Amino acid sequence: MVAFNLPLNSRIGLGQTFRAQAGTKRVREFKIYRWSPDDGKNPHTDTYEIDLDACGPMVLDALIKIKNEIDPTLTFRRSCREGICGSCAMNIDGGNTLACLKPIEDVKGAIKISPLPHMPVVKDLVPDLSQIYAQYRSVKPWMQADTPAPPDGERLQSKQERAKLDGMWECILCFCCSTACPSYWWNGDRYLGPAVLLQAYRWIADSRDEATGQRLDELEDPFKLYRCHTIMNCTDTCPKGLNPAKAIGAIKQLIVERQG
Amino acid sequence: MRDVRDAQMIARNSDGKLVRRPLSPHLQVYRWPVSMALSILHRITGCALGVGTLLFTWWIVAAASSDDAFDRAQWFMGSALGLLLLFGWSVALIFHFFSGIRHLVWDAGIGFDAPTYNTTGWGVIIATAVCTVLVWIVGLAVW
Repeated sequence: MVAFNLPLNSRIGLGQTFRAQAGTKRVREFKIYRWSPDDGKNPHTDTYEIDLDACGPMVLDALIKIKNEIDPTLTFRRSCREGICGSCAMNIDGGNTLACLKPIEDVKGAIKISPLPHMPVVKDLVPDLSQIYAQYRSVKPWMQADTPAPPDGERLQSKQERAKLDGMWECILCFCCSTACPSYWWNGDRYLGPAVLLQAYRWIADSRDEATGQRLDELEDPFKLYRCHTIMNCTDTCPKGLNPAKAIGAIKQLIVERQG
Repeated sequence: MRDVRDAQMIARNSDGKLVRRPLSPHLQVYRWPVSMALSILHRITGCALGVGTLLFTWWIVAAASSDDAFDRAQWFMGSALGLLLLFGWSVALIFHFFSGIRHLVWDAGIGFDAPTYNTTGWGVIIATAVCTVLVWIVGLAVW
């Protein structure tokens, strides 16, 4: 459903400010979305002043510094800190990206951080991804083939066939793209969203997979696939530089082509 | 039809009590890329054209009915409000035309790559501005 305003319980109030020590030279404000299921209050924005001379270069470094030194209740996901696990996906300065790959210096002024957009909040910067994981599962993201594998080795691909998967296998499922998509905001109950459609196409494009027909049957649906209106926010925001919009376009083309 | 995502808006707090989760901010925080703005403009201008075409229908029907009716229509179109509406209609038509071509090209599988869609987006904006000005220069000169 389209709803431009946030529900009453989701409106964001003002929170506390944690000041930097007097005499700190390079201070930067981090304005961070906070919500806890335990205090019965609406979400609010806390402001943390950070000394950039005593902080690593990335936004994730600042978040870890806040959690270690200022406010241990701040909750966020993180793991690899090098852009390969996809855990620290969040909205930073109005765009979805990975906190570990986003240099603090890229943002002018106060750095505003909120969870991935239009998602149920578990706590602070942690969104509930169970719907999107269920959608990912629905496209059967594994190889399906009736033909048995050669007894003496692997299923082979030509270099050209393998090259078709470039730009898709690199996806780390951080869901920056899906949660940047207004179509996914309004229709995410039935629209699969860019991340899941990119992965659907990853298997359609795989020369070893033999279920292309069934996969396209599943996707040929006004909501699952065709809520994509080429808004392009997915490609615009992908922290790995991938192109989900192009993959969705390719699926649409395959469906047209097979109609003959 | 109910939204299945509603089920995820309910959770338990640390005491096991049910609580309503908030929805994270979306339009409130998202910084608009050019393509996002053009996408919603394409839809808005499409709707505006539907309404604007009624105005044109009135004009043509008036011309076919009587001198009096046509004079009334003609007077309205030449009034400040009429000109403003015509200007809005022309902008919407020209924008929707160029933006529509951009969408058709995408449907052919072309123009998805990163610098390209921004370039074509700005191209649509510039083409709309230039053509609108040209149309009005010609229109006012003939009038």
